[in-house]
Amino acid sequence: MSDLTSAPVPPLGPDDHVRGEGELLIVYADLACAHCAAAWAEIARRPARVAFRHFPVASKHPRAPALHAAAEAAGRQGRFFAMVDSLYADRGHVDDPHLWGRVEELGLDLTRFEADRRSEEVAVRVRGDFETGIRAGVTTTPALFGPAAMATADPG
Amino acid sequence: MIAVGESAPDFTLRDQDGEEVSLASYRGRKVLLVFYPFDFSPVCSDQLSLYQEVKPEIEAKGVSLAGISVDSPYAHKAFQAKLGIDTTLLSDFEPKGEVARAYGSYLDGPGMANRTLVLIDEDGKVAWTYESPNPGEFPGANVIFDALA
Repeated sequence: MSDLTSAPVPPLGPDDHVRGEGELLIVYADLACAHCAAAWAEIARRPARVAFRHFPVASKHPRAPALHAAAEAAGRQGRFFAMVDSLYADRGHVDDPHLWGRVEELGLDLTRFEADRRSEEVAVRVRGDFETGIRAGVTTTPALFGPAAMATADPG
Repeated sequence: MIAVGESAPDFTLRDQDGEEVSLASYRGRKVLLVFYPFDFSPVCSDQLSLYQEVKPEIEAKGVSLAGISVDSPYAHKAFQAKLGIDTTLLSDFEPKGEVARAYGSYLDGPGMANRTLVLIDEDGKVAWTYESPNPGEFPGANVIFDALA
């Protein structure tokens, strides 16, 4: 079993999903979370270096594990953020046939996607992010960390 | 708030299935009591959902997890189903909040338990407590694992 005692948010590592340039913004998010979808639309416009970390809360969002596995599987084909953007842009179509439709739209290999999203490796990768969030004290999503999060914090 | 080292007040409450659960039934095993305000309230939903995600890790440390609020067993059953959780939920319903009062967690004004964690050791002594600064906040699961480390 993993150690889930308190620990700082880990710095960026080679496995992190990162895009953009600017100050660092680490986002712990749930792909089935409405608040995250709204925040993501705003975050995507920021001039920041955004790192996405998985924080699926399955009991709150039963479809979340499948969506995080799908994003990670898309990432294995170089389209992680394309899948995240797609899932947040249209939250009403998340069952498997709709995921396959997204895979087609993103030009991914469906056979490989199907294998990857059900793989132990992907499950471990998603859980790894989740556990760093737990250790950092994340209780709700989205949870933002890093200099860019501080810079935009409400001063009031 | 009850103090660390005190004997945890015994209780017998009904769970979400109407079954009686007493504190004594946990003897020989640690139990973490999660006092929370109300079933279906937003923060309580987030808290119990989050703890469900790390319940296997909590149980692996020899700790049982039980939520307690002033709601009825029927409400608990529906709340459990809504959240998709299997954490035991105990009904501190009648006399209302009696167990929360015994642990010093009850808030008379709103008529509910404050968001409080109480870890009870194998011998029935209070080993650790945490009380949220206000009912609108809940502690991350890391705080629980720090207490169990």
